[in-house]
Amino acid sequence: MITIQNVRKTFPIKGGEFVALGGVDLDIADNEFVTVVGPSGCGKTTVMNILAGLETPTSGQALVREKEITGPGPDRGVIFQQYALFPWLTVRKNVEFGLRTAGVGRDERRERAQHFIDLVGLHDFADALPRTLSGGMKQRCAIARAYAVNPSILLMDEPFGAVDALTRVRLQEQLLQTWSQEKRTVVFITHDVDEAVFLANRVVVMAARPGRIVEIVDVDLPYPRTEELRLSPAFTALRNRVWSAVYHQEPIA
Amino acid sequence: MTVVQVDTEVTTGSPPPPERRRRGVPKSLWNALSVVLGVGVWWGFSLTGFDIPAPPEVLKRGGELIADGTLADDVLASLGRVLAGFVLGVALAIPVGFLMGWYGVARGLLEPWVQFFRTIPPLAIIPLAVVLMGIGETPKIFVIFLASFLACVIATFQGVVNVDKTLINAARVLGAKDGTIFARVVVPASTPFILVGMRVGLGSSWATLVAAELIAAQQGLGYRMQSAQLYYDLPTIFVGLISIGVLGLLMDRVLLLAERRLTNWQERR
Repeated sequence: MITIQNVRKTFPIKGGEFVALGGVDLDIADNEFVTVVGPSGCGKTTVMNILAGLETPTSGQALVREKEITGPGPDRGVIFQQYALFPWLTVRKNVEFGLRTAGVGRDERRERAQHFIDLVGLHDFADALPRTLSGGMKQRCAIARAYAVNPSILLMDEPFGAVDALTRVRLQEQLLQTWSQEKRTVVFITHDVDEAVFLANRVVVMAARPGRIVEIVDVDLPYPRTEELRLSPAFTALRNRVWSAVYHQEPIA
Repeated sequence: MTVVQVDTEVTTGSPPPPERRRRGVPKSLWNALSVVLGVGVWWGFSLTGFDIPAPPEVLKRGGELIADGTLADDVLASLGRVLAGFVLGVALAIPVGFLMGWYGVARGLLEPWVQFFRTIPPLAIIPLAVVLMGIGETPKIFVIFLASFLACVIATFQGVVNVDKTLINAARVLGAKDGTIFARVVVPASTPFILVGMRVGLGSSWATLVAAELIAAQQGLGYRMQSAQLYYDLPTIFVGLISIGVLGLLMDRVLLLAERRLTNWQERR
């Protein structure tokens, strides 16, 4: 369970301060899949960095299971847009990285890494270096790496932003399948409205200047989500609602 | 249980095929041809009245120097100095470069000095080195050390500063603390820079050698060439030049090989 209470984040700039987040409140339940969508500059990445423990709020609190976040922790896995794989390590060694820092023994490390490598379908590439992988495969490796340390929360920052549209659709479907097999709380940042609606239980729409939540849309569509669902009127209606929330934002007077 | 069915986005599982043999003639053949042509041009110049020795003359002199053991002694003396100075320089440059890249305080304290000494050619240090350290091996090794240290420290420092912030964040969210991040992210990520720095440092080590052997040396390739200069002994000078070139090239190849093996993970263009 994630609780964000009146979180503000400001950065000093020349002659004043930039308000990245101006008071954000959000509760996320266990095993919920929440997507955060909004225009650039709305502070969605700042929200993720605060949850990851890479940044601290200027005021307000972010809590995981009622404990304040003070830094990165093994309970929260992060997947970055730029993959952030260690290029000198093979897929297997990348996936084992977090297990090694946690002091997991060699045999168990191997076994757990293999499980998640198989889960994301990189079985044949376990001993390949990242430079030989395509963008989509790199991101699947990053997902396996985050899963391997067994976090209860996955934080994903526009993870499919750098891949082509076809690969993106496939990765979305794979992510949902992985998630349905290995349930986690997912906070997924995106600027793609379709992606936000397709994946989520709830879509959080943010606006910029100052960064804030303008609307939360419940997506009561059943899982597993399929291609037909993507074309259904129910999906389209939700998509349109999120779309207008994102693109027709009233600026704060 | 597996999630993936078909992989249309798979590129290659193995490294990309070598592009070298595009037009049938291997690169090494061109290299060999170039060497032959170069020697030919040299020979041509020596025949057309330029006051330089022809290749056979140099070869003969080389044979003599090998036969009486002079060349071997000179090579050993020079190689010893270059290696000692280079190894000491690199051994100090890597930790100092890491300190400068990792800690703002260390950078603030050390950078002005490194930048200052970098602008002084090592040759200009020689008078000072002689006055302070006498005319033994110490000042010679010292100037070579300085040359390789300065080349390598900048490269290492750049390497550490350039480590992708996302990789450090990725390690942090996977539970790595500062020590682990340093050993398992910063060190491997800056290895390519360090190796380039070592190659540049090796180059400047050899460049400084001849100057270092100006300091009352009894042996060494640089010394041999300078004494040959007094007697207008051009073939010996040529033997010295070629020896330095070949040795430098061989050592550079060794480093290049190490670089290939250690940074094979890099995406290359």
